[in-house]
Amino acid sequence: MSSSALVEKTAFDLSHLLANKEVSSVEIAQACLSQIDRVDEQVHAFLHRDDQDFLAQARASDERREKGNSLGPLDGIPVALKDVISVKGQPLTAASKILQNYISPYDATVTKKLKDAGAVIGGRLNLDEFAMGSSTENSAYGPTRNPWDLNCVPGGSSGGSSAAVAAREAPLTLGSDTGGSIRQPASLCGVVGMKPTYGMVSRYGLAAFASSLDQIGPFSKTVEDTALLLEIISGHDPLDSTSFPTEIPSYSSAINQSLKPCVLGLPKEYFGEGMDDEVRNAVNLAVEFYRNQGHEIVEVSLPTTDLAVPVYYVIATAEASSNLARYDGIRYTTRSDRAQNAIDVYAKSRGEGFGEEVKRRCILGAYGLSSGYYDAYYLRAQKTRTLIREDFNRVFKEVDAILTPTAPTPAFKFGEKSDDPISMYLSDIYTISTNLAGLPAISVPCGFTKGNLPIGLQLIGRAFEESSLLSIAHAYDREHKFGCVTPSLVKE
Amino acid sequence: MKYEAVIGLEVHVQLETNSKMFTRVPCGYGKEPNSLTDAVVLGLPGALPVMNLEAIEKSIKVGLLLGCKIADTCKWDRKNYFYPDMPKNYQISQFDQPICEGGEVEIEMPGDSPAVMGKHRIVQLTRIHLEEDVGKLTHFENDSLVDYNRAGSPLLEIVSEPDLFSPEETFAYLTSLRNSLIYTGISSCDMEKGQLRCDANISIRPVGTEKLGTKVELKNLNTISGVKNGVEYEIKRQIKAMEQGEEIFQETRRWNPEQRYTTPMRSKEMAHDYRYFPDPDLMPVKIEQEWIDKIRNEIPEKPFDKQRRYMDELNLPYSITSALCPDLKLCEYFEEANKLAKNPRKIGNWVVNDLLRELSAGSKDETKSISLNDCPIPPKHLAELVELIENGSVSNNVAKELFPEMFSTGKSPSTLVKEKGLEVKSDEGEIESHCAQAIQDDPDAAEKFKAGKEGAINALKGKVMKATRGQANPKVVDEILRRLLSN
Amino acid sequence: MSESEPNPMDIDYVSNLARIELSEKEKEKFRGQLGDVLKYFEKLQEVDVEGVEPTAHAFPRYNVWDKDTAKKPFSVDLALQNAPKSRNEQILVPKVVED
Ligand SMILES: [Mg+2]
Ligand SMILES: [Zn+2]
Repeated sequence: MSSSALVEKTAFDLSHLLANKEVSSVEIAQACLSQIDRVDEQVHAFLHRDDQDFLAQARASDERREKGNSLGPLDGIPVALKDVISVKGQPLTAASKILQNYISPYDATVTKKLKDAGAVIGGRLNLDEFAMGSSTENSAYGPTRNPWDLNCVPGGSSGGSSAAVAAREAPLTLGSDTGGSIRQPASLCGVVGMKPTYGMVSRYGLAAFASSLDQIGPFSKTVEDTALLLEIISGHDPLDSTSFPTEIPSYSSAINQSLKPCVLGLPKEYFGEGMDDEVRNAVNLAVEFYRNQGHEIVEVSLPTTDLAVPVYYVIATAEASSNLARYDGIRYTTRSDRAQNAIDVYAKSRGEGFGEEVKRRCILGAYGLSSGYYDAYYLRAQKTRTLIREDFNRVFKEVDAILTPTAPTPAFKFGEKSDDPISMYLSDIYTISTNLAGLPAISVPCGFTKGNLPIGLQLIGRAFEESSLLSIAHAYDREHKFGCVTPSLVKE
Repeated sequence: MKYEAVIGLEVHVQLETNSKMFTRVPCGYGKEPNSLTDAVVLGLPGALPVMNLEAIEKSIKVGLLLGCKIADTCKWDRKNYFYPDMPKNYQISQFDQPICEGGEVEIEMPGDSPAVMGKHRIVQLTRIHLEEDVGKLTHFENDSLVDYNRAGSPLLEIVSEPDLFSPEETFAYLTSLRNSLIYTGISSCDMEKGQLRCDANISIRPVGTEKLGTKVELKNLNTISGVKNGVEYEIKRQIKAMEQGEEIFQETRRWNPEQRYTTPMRSKEMAHDYRYFPDPDLMPVKIEQEWIDKIRNEIPEKPFDKQRRYMDELNLPYSITSALCPDLKLCEYFEEANKLAKNPRKIGNWVVNDLLRELSAGSKDETKSISLNDCPIPPKHLAELVELIENGSVSNNVAKELFPEMFSTGKSPSTLVKEKGLEVKSDEGEIESHCAQAIQDDPDAAEKFKAGKEGAINALKGKVMKATRGQANPKVVDEILRRLLSN
Repeated sequence: MSESEPNPMDIDYVSNLARIELSEKEKEKFRGQLGDVLKYFEKLQEVDVEGVEPTAHAFPRYNVWDKDTAKKPFSVDLALQNAPKSRNEQILVPKVVED
């Protein structure tokens, strides 16, 4: 099979090809590497590659399979990770200058699970520095470009993870989602991206941005592939005290069972002003699809919607200001050579090592926790967060899933929002609430604009009911497969 | 004007656990630098904390011993400040929901003489919370080195009310607290190893006034006597400043034990803006009554309660109890020996005099004693010795000679007596000839006794004992002498 | 703090608190941007949160702990592998000015 045909395959198909010995893991790995060679100079999804290691893992997988010791459906399939997920012996920069020389001495739990499943882990994917941003413009190592239009952002913060799948550089990637950082770039790049329920996937080994909101999740071409990857990386982890002890069913078999009629809620607050018309039309078509399939569509209300962005930015920046205090130039981060004493090491190393958005958020977060402001900002935001959770709990008594656009607009141009924090923050307006409520949500590609930019549909599910959410998403995706359309820019 | 000092203490105690507070790396002292770390201890990207159950149980135990209210629920907060010994630049601690609230420590001031019990008083505690320790900095001329071995060890912070009014009380408080903590088995409280560290908040006010003066936080009080001396110096400094009309600043000062004075620490203008907030990486702790009750069963009797019981029930003199009771191991030793010999006063005497002397003399390190765990004389040997004296099988003098040999050989007293032929001689024929000889040698004494001077018989007894090298049974000697002299 | 008019942020104080050195230009820029953000946050002050419990965790649980069993630590080499400077198995920092 040709290299260009291989990279267009879903992980599911690759898995079958491997099982039938129609292709080897080394061939798949080589196909990915040649695609990266071909397109990544333009796309810049990757911050780091270790081709020798990548191919060695693929060879090991082939040897296992040869001996009949295959580790399962993911054995031999490449998975690339956002550069905030630790892999022992590999760099982890979080797209920050301050971590430019850091090599991780240990594996994240998801990394370990992937290795145990035989996945071929390769490359470090670009992001907004420390996952702070919605465009990947905040990477200290240069932005990632949207494979559908190189003048547009891929979204963020997991822009490298979404672009790598869209540009066919990897069949599967992992990102992290704090306020939409998986779903928004998935939407802007025309791939599937999912944020699981908070606590479903261990955060151990994920460089923290906002601990109470962060979740790791998959990117893929199809919902089916996302189910495949999610069932491998999910599960209780004793090393993460916020990880939830629950049995993980086989999502990939669950989604192929016939879907009973569901009730889907459209929150009226999400369909108001600020939404691009082409986005609205595409989402409405998806709503029609579900209606025609016999599902019930109801209007619901989430009155706290307009509070989500301020609540999110108060909580996320406060937690970040504390989480990022460890990057100080003392133990493993880059130290400023202008430092004369220990106090200098902090201020100068951080001043030099952090980019502008990270500084802005750390300062905002420190302010919201500082003496005299805690009650008005952090505490008040935490209480308002309770109201937001209650809103969702109420709505989920009536509906099985909530359907919204993922992002208010398709991919925007570089520089368009980079100097206006509030307008950048508002690009996460549809995704942020689910992080505050801890709920699972998935972005599924649902069409294109006239300018050929992808549009994403978001489905939000009940807590810990990933099976049901994936089934509902798969019902749409199986019939449309917009994520399997390869951008012409990266097609051979 | 006369001034009085008001002092509150913050005591940090390292809990003895196998692993650290929030990760399962071993705790340890004196190991190769940076050999007790992992991703969590070093605060690497992605590392997450997981609570140590043992540390929580030990904290509850301390709280129960000190009469605190144990929290229904407590949670974890981050205390944010930058310092090279703190890997994450925040310390996981407890801010507004500590594991224990209130509580008290009974203290005893020195009495008029070592034989007399001093005044007792209750010092109120504010709270006890659990947190993680920091690493260790060593300062050099031009730079400093950091070892993170200690970082992340479980640390209990015990905060007293401003309820101490002199350096002596402060000393008494710390001594009593330390004894109680050692009783619970949560820590050895070795100050040299930094297992117990102390900061003091000190202010002064005119005698008779209520309002607290400006408080100064005194740090680096790392020995019990250092606490006393440091506090004493700081009170004098404040009184002198006050008398000279100087203002006392709210500041942090450091005790310099070698030069014996306090100096201000570089003022940290934002030192107190710690930006506490609940740690999102950790879940709260819920403490059910059942759990508390279970731990309550493991709480030892408090040192002063034990002391009172020994005095009341066992009729022990204060001087013996004050030597026994601060040391739980010693009390256990005493009780085990006494269970067999049923002679508390004799056993007590042997323990606090002879045993303690041998323990400290037997140690190669002059500053330390041999631990009771390694004591070569088991309690049953001491009990046996006291029984041998009581039934007249050995004399007191022989016993005193035997004791060091019991210590050096580990042999039982009866074995040693047999080996050395020190059994008391009750052979009447032989003893009678020694008695007759004694009367012959000292006719004066014999006459005086016959004339009714009861005490004169002792001189004759002494001669017999000397002649028999102390081995004659004193009862038999007494009987024979009286018989011979009555003739 | 006043309900109607948000407090301007003292950027010197807060950047020092966060231990981040800022250039004058950055300070100027942040003052404006963060001022706008804080104004936007004012929405929060209007929410009625009387009697509402704060959410610290989306799905709170209690007593998530581990038994006290020690595991193998990092080797000293691994612990120091990323250190910018070290000496005698320890992290070297410039002089810590008297505590
Ligand atoms: Mg303190
Ligand atoms: Zn403390």
